[in-house]
Amino acid sequence: MAETKNITFSQATLEAMQEEMARDDRVFVMGEDIVRQGGIFGQFRGLPDSFGTERVRDTPITETAIIGAAVGAALAGMRPIADMHFADFMMVCGDEIYNQMAKVHYMFGGQKTVPMVLRAPDGLINQAAAQHSQSLEAIFQHIPGLKVVAPSNPADAKGLLKSAIRDDNPVIYFEHKALFNTKGDVPTDDYLTPIGKAKVVSEGSDVTMVSYSNCLQTVAKPVVEMASKEGISIELVDLRTISPIDKDTILESVAKTSRLVIVHEAVKQGGVGGEISAIVAEEAIDLLDAPILRFGAPFTPVAFARPLEQEYRLKPQAILEAIRKMF
Amino acid sequence: MCAKAIRKEPLVPVTAYDRDLLVELYRKMVSIRLFEQKVEHHFLAGDIPGFVHLYIGEEGIATGVMANMTKEDYIESTHRGHGHTVAKGADLNRMMAEIFGKRTGCCKGKGGSMHIADFSVGMLGANGIVGGGYTLAVGAGLASKLRGDDRVSAVFFGDGASNRGTFHEALNMAAVWNLPVLFVCENNQWASTTPTNTANSVEDVADRAQGYGIPGYIVDGNDVFAVYEAAKEIIQSIRSGGGPVLLECKTYRIKGHFVGDPEKYRTKEEVQNMQQTNDPITRFEAKVTEAGVMTDQELEEIHRQVEAAIEDAVRFALESPEPDPSELYEDLYV
Ligand SMILES: Cc1ncc(C[n+]2csc(CCOP(=O)(O)OP(=O)(O)O)c2C)c(N)n1
Ligand SMILES: [Mg+2]
Repeated sequence: MAETKNITFSQATLEAMQEEMARDDRVFVMGEDIVRQGGIFGQFRGLPDSFGTERVRDTPITETAIIGAAVGAALAGMRPIADMHFADFMMVCGDEIYNQMAKVHYMFGGQKTVPMVLRAPDGLINQAAAQHSQSLEAIFQHIPGLKVVAPSNPADAKGLLKSAIRDDNPVIYFEHKALFNTKGDVPTDDYLTPIGKAKVVSEGSDVTMVSYSNCLQTVAKPVVEMASKEGISIELVDLRTISPIDKDTILESVAKTSRLVIVHEAVKQGGVGGEISAIVAEEAIDLLDAPILRFGAPFTPVAFARPLEQEYRLKPQAILEAIRKMF
Repeated sequence: MCAKAIRKEPLVPVTAYDRDLLVELYRKMVSIRLFEQKVEHHFLAGDIPGFVHLYIGEEGIATGVMANMTKEDYIESTHRGHGHTVAKGADLNRMMAEIFGKRTGCCKGKGGSMHIADFSVGMLGANGIVGGGYTLAVGAGLASKLRGDDRVSAVFFGDGASNRGTFHEALNMAAVWNLPVLFVCENNQWASTTPTNTANSVEDVADRAQGYGIPGYIVDGNDVFAVYEAAKEIIQSIRSGGGPVLLECKTYRIKGHFVGDPEKYRTKEEVQNMQQTNDPITRFEAKVTEAGVMTDQELEEIHRQVEAAIEDAVRFALESPEPDPSELYEDLYV
C-alpha cells in the first residue's frame, strides 16, 4: 500500500495546484477574491504566497472575461485554471464556455488545443437558494469538446485536478461546496486519477448504483449500507467523470447485477441519469431484470426556506424503498 | 483628455426643506438601519439561514433616490438589497418573514435575503447574480417607453458590478433608445475582499457614462441631502424624456461583505474611522439639529416609532409558519 495522509478536499485541490504550478510554469490561476480571501471556500488559501500575485490573480467581477481570457491565454500557450466562485455563474459566460472553449480545437481543424481548467463549486449548501445552489453538469455533458469531472472525495479531487491541469482539452471541474471541508486519505506520492474512468467503490451482486460528487457520500453510501442490512448487495460505482462517460465500467457492473439505479443531486429531468439509462437501455437492455431507477432533484429551482430545501434533497429511505421493489 | 463626471453638491439650505420630507428621509434611513441590525442579530443567533449582505452605512443612497420615486416607478436591486426594498416602501413584516424563510414572506419563503421582490411597490427583485439587474431595468424602461407612461426605472449596483459586461451593454442600449433608466452606482470602495481601485479601470464609475454618451454625476452618498437633490433633478429630467443617467454615490461598506465575513482584508481603524466621521444618519441628525429644523426629541420619537415597527416585523417573522414542503412544487408555471 502506498502511504497516505488524511487531508480535506479543499487541501487536496490546493496541493494539486501547488504541485502542477511547481512542475509547469505555464500553469496560472485567476478568479474573484482568490488572493485576499483565498477563494470563497478557502480553496486557494496560501497559493499566492508560494507563486505570487502575477500567477495567482484576483480578477474584477467579470466572468465573461475570466473564461474568455483563459481560452485566449490557453491558445497562446498557457495552461490557465479559472475559478467560477459558484457554478451558478457559468451561464454568465455561456458563450465563452460552449462556443469558444469547447469548440476552438475542433472548429479550427485541430490546430490548437485549449488546455484549461474551469473550477466550479456547485450543489446545495446552507439554504443558499435558487442562484447559488445548482448542479449544472448535465448541461455541459451535452456539449461536445468539453471534459467534465466531479470528484466525491479528497483523493480523487487531487488526482482529477492534476489530470485536468495536464489535459490538453478544456476540463470543467465540478466540486461540491459541501465537500470542501470533508476529509479523506490521499496518497503521498505523485499520482493522477484518470479522466474518463469510473470507479467501483464497493462491490455488490444485486444492484448497480451509479452516483458521483457529494451525493455519493451523503445519499448513495447510506442507501448501500441500509440495503446490505436487508441482504441486498449493491455495487456502488463512482462515476467521477461526467464526460466522456465510462460506459464500460457501468455495463460491466450491470452485467453482474442486472439492476441499475442512478442517484444524483441535480434535477432528474434531463440529468446525467437519463444519459446513463439510455446507454444501458441501448446496449444492455436484455441484461436487466427490472426497470432502471433514476433519482434526482424535483423539477423546480432550489427554494430558500428550510422545509422547502429539505424537500428538494434526496431521501435515502425513499430510494431504499424503491430498490426493494426491484426484486 | 476625457471630460470628468460632474460632482453635485447639495445647494438647498436645510431650513428650506419641507418638514414632512425631513421626517420621511430620517424615518427611512432609521428604518433601514434598525431593520439591518435586527437581521444581523437574528442571523448570528441562527434564526436566519443562507447568505445575508447588510446595507448599514449606505442608507442615504436608497433613501435619497427613492424619495423621488413613487410606487409606480420600478427598481432593480442587488444582493445587498434590503435597504432598497425598505426605501421603496415594501411591507416590513413580509420582508422580514421572507428573510426568515417563512410562508408569509413576500416571496412565500422561496427567495430569502438575496431574492426579495415586492412587485406591489415596483420592486422588481434583488439579485444573487452581480450585474443581473441592469438589463432588466432597461427592459422595464423600454416597457414604459412603449406604453408611453412616465415611469422611471432605477437600477442599483456596486462598484464591483460595474465591471460586468451587462453594465456596458445596458448603458448602451438605454442610451441608444433614450430610455427612462437611472443607473445608481453605490461605490462603497469594496467588492467583497477586492478594493475598488484594484479592479476598476477608472476611479469614478460615473466617468464611464461618457463612453455611452449619457450624463454621469457623482454625489456624496453618505449625505442624504446630496443624494436627494441630485436624484430629484435627474429623475425629473428622465421622467420628461431626457434619457438615461448614471449617478455614482460615494459611500462605504461598514459591515463585512456578508454577515460572518472575517474581514481580514481591511483594518478595524479604517472601518471605525468611517463609522465615526461619515455615518449618514449621524450626519443628518447633526445637520437638522444644528440648523434648528428638528429637535433631538423629535428625532428620538421617530426612532422609537421605527423601533416598534421593526420589532413588530421580527415578531411577525418569528411567529409565522414555515412553508409546507408541498409548496416546493407551487409557482413553477402559472
Ligand atoms: C456574476 C456574479 N459574480 C460573482 C458573484 C459573487 N459576489 C457576490 S457580491 C460580490 C461583490 C459585489 O461587489 P459590489 O458590486 O461592489 O457590491 P457590494 O457588495 O460592495 O455592495 C461578489 C463577487 C455573484 N454573486 N455574481
Ligand atoms: Mg462595492
